[in-house]
Amino acid sequence: MKFIDEYRDADLTHKLLADIQKTVTRPWTLMEVCGGQTHSIIKSGLDQMLPPEINLIHGPGCPVCVTPLELVDKAIALASRPDVIFTSYGDMLRVPGSRRDLFDVKAAGGDVRIVYSPLDALKIAQNNPQKTVIFFAIGFETTAPANAMAVLQARAQNLSNFAVLVSHVTVPAAIIALMDSPDVLVGGFLAAGHVCTVMGFWEYEPLAKKYHIPIVVTGFEPVDIAHGILDCVHELEAGTYHVRNAYARSVTREGNRSAQTVIRKVFEMTDRAWRGIGIIPMSGYRLRDEFAAFDAEQRFPEVQSIETLESPLCISGLVLQGRKKPSECPAFGKECTPQMPLGATMVSSEGACAAYYRYGRYQPTYENK
Amino acid sequence: MCLGIPAKVIELYKTNGLKMAKVDFGGVVKEACMEYLPEVKLGDYTIIHVGFGLSILDEQEAMETMELLKQIDALGDGIPGIS
Amino acid sequence: MKTNKDNLNLLGWTCPRPLQNYPTIVMGHGAGGLMMADLIEHLFAPAFDNEWLAQMGDATVLDNVFLDIPNSSLAFTTDSFVVTPLFFPGGNIGELAVYGTVNDLAMRGAKPLYLSAGFILEEGLPMETLGNIVVAMAQACKKVGVKIAAGDTKVVQKGHGDGIYINTSGLGSIPTGVDIGPGNARPGDALLVSGTMGDHGIAIMSVREGLTFQTEIQSDTAPLNGLVEAMVAAGKIHCLRDATRGGLAAVLNELAGSSKVGIEFDERKVPLRPEVNAACEMLGLDPLYVANEGKLVALVPGEAAEQVLAAMHQHEYGKDAAIIGRVVTQHPGLVTAKTSIGGMRVVDVPAGELLPRIC
Repeated sequence: MKFIDEYRDADLTHKLLADIQKTVTRPWTLMEVCGGQTHSIIKSGLDQMLPPEINLIHGPGCPVCVTPLELVDKAIALASRPDVIFTSYGDMLRVPGSRRDLFDVKAAGGDVRIVYSPLDALKIAQNNPQKTVIFFAIGFETTAPANAMAVLQARAQNLSNFAVLVSHVTVPAAIIALMDSPDVLVGGFLAAGHVCTVMGFWEYEPLAKKYHIPIVVTGFEPVDIAHGILDCVHELEAGTYHVRNAYARSVTREGNRSAQTVIRKVFEMTDRAWRGIGIIPMSGYRLRDEFAAFDAEQRFPEVQSIETLESPLCISGLVLQGRKKPSECPAFGKECTPQMPLGATMVSSEGACAAYYRYGRYQPTYENK
Repeated sequence: MCLGIPAKVIELYKTNGLKMAKVDFGGVVKEACMEYLPEVKLGDYTIIHVGFGLSILDEQEAMETMELLKQIDALGDGIPGIS
Repeated sequence: MKTNKDNLNLLGWTCPRPLQNYPTIVMGHGAGGLMMADLIEHLFAPAFDNEWLAQMGDATVLDNVFLDIPNSSLAFTTDSFVVTPLFFPGGNIGELAVYGTVNDLAMRGAKPLYLSAGFILEEGLPMETLGNIVVAMAQACKKVGVKIAAGDTKVVQKGHGDGIYINTSGLGSIPTGVDIGPGNARPGDALLVSGTMGDHGIAIMSVREGLTFQTEIQSDTAPLNGLVEAMVAAGKIHCLRDATRGGLAAVLNELAGSSKVGIEFDERKVPLRPEVNAACEMLGLDPLYVANEGKLVALVPGEAAEQVLAAMHQHEYGKDAAIIGRVVTQHPGLVTAKTSIGGMRVVDVPAGELLPRIC
């Protein structure tokens, strides 16, 4: 596939890894923000091929993992209603709520359907006027333009049986929260290439300056990630802290203006709770008041107050902040496995715990050529 | 967060007033919304995420960067792209 | 297979007590009375026509079977088929019900002899749909050379079944000297796959709501007994598994576990159709975990690998066969793969249902 295969080229990746090795003079800790990057790194085995001086920590860039427990429970409550068709991206179906997950609701007879795009959820609403179709609008900024368009289309088509359950989170606030925390380890960030495709990277410039930390916009394939790490290491070795763009074929400094306009039209910034981390101020989106009719939480006020029950064994939060590796969790691989996840980071393979479990339990010795 | 896959635009049209396209993911053709790419043309490669085009891939930029990656001497100045 | 009323006429529905008057299955068809007898006499029996089924007893007596297969072992298996949609690009539930059980027998090196077929029909299932499924099964049996020697039908109320569920059990004979089983793998064995991976799972996903493609991706539903015969004739085989649910990853883990060996393969050598690869990329699926219905995995002593591979290439269902890895002494029970960039990753057991992702 064009624009994918050439970025999985083994020779070029090895060359870039050798370049990184030649450039480093001391240990550096980098964090890749995006769960998709974590997935790619561990699936390709890239983390085992890096020079020992580079320590990669996996950040909280997995919207599935950080969706607050309360919201998952709300989703489960709504999906259990007989008058509701609950639509969601596939990732969310196995995320554990306090007592069960959306898959269990489906098994018990709830109408839970996986959709690939929010426009599919709209079609379901058009075809099922007698039911309320609720769409689980999760994601980072990358997914916000799509979710926003669904709301605008619902309004334009007068779809009174369509509502969204919103759980959007945004990256810059998370970086601030991570850098403000007392035992921060991160020396440089690999920023999420598709978030920046939408939002641009100008928002990261003040952060790089404030925290003296280089931030490199990075793509997802092995060549892209090696490229991003190489740029970051150059900055770190030089003692500089610029924002650099290692995914320029998709990302520009301003980002996608029309997408940003529509996001602002439909959503406004709000404080959001990140599962395992806590409330980060101004770290998410919620629907503007004029779209209240499409807000599932307002349409179904009985789900406003839900009592949640997080597993006492789960240390997802520490993993998401990069303070612990999944293998350091006492429950890892024992009480907590992908088949029986205790927390969200074990559910989908972009969660650090699942990625470690699925791809990395066995660590062979890899000889760098 | 980010499963965005490159696909080639092979048809452009409107549905319900929305700009839509048929895009080819290396052999699999699907419909995607192009409202966020007003300048997109037939033959462009786009990043598609959850059924929406989010960027037009800059082939020229991609080629140039690829050449640089293949050639740079790691002890030199590194790759341009500083903001 | 398109629904086709003309097919049904071939079964000779000229009886005046018309099956034709019942356009759909009703509860009476499972009640053991005249309606059920009608269904058997005018639909199942003519389609599956053979001397064993014609006995029409509560049990079929296979009186000559042990004479037919001297010095052999008897293989026995069962499987149930619950796929929706019932008809999908490249196949249908009827073919699957025959080929799936035939393949389970073939994976032990057995020649398939007899099948039983149990049907659970949902009230409201169109008679035409049932007819087409039964005809498909009959054709599949003919292709393989296997006979449906026993059967059963029940009907459940509307809403309690996805149209139709089919169970088939199978008997086969394993010739003397053939010893193929999951515990037989040895370090040094070569790992072969019979063709492209992931076709069936993607074909099924392609017709589900919300995940449609416009390039038709076909299921690989196929009987593998002929391919296995050719392979056994070419060289020694240690293990065979058909890679169904859970894909290649599932069967490799099962083999590694059963034989207590490690398995290593090269991801880049796994045959994949470009469209299936593209569909998996798009959905965020790993083709190693996507289901197949006409592919097998073989572990073969190193010295026999090339001959077995050559024999597979000569066969209709082995044209894209490839050697992709080997059995090792390290990491017993674990499967690892060399990645596209030459790294190493563990290929773990699938966690559950395969879900598309956005992350």
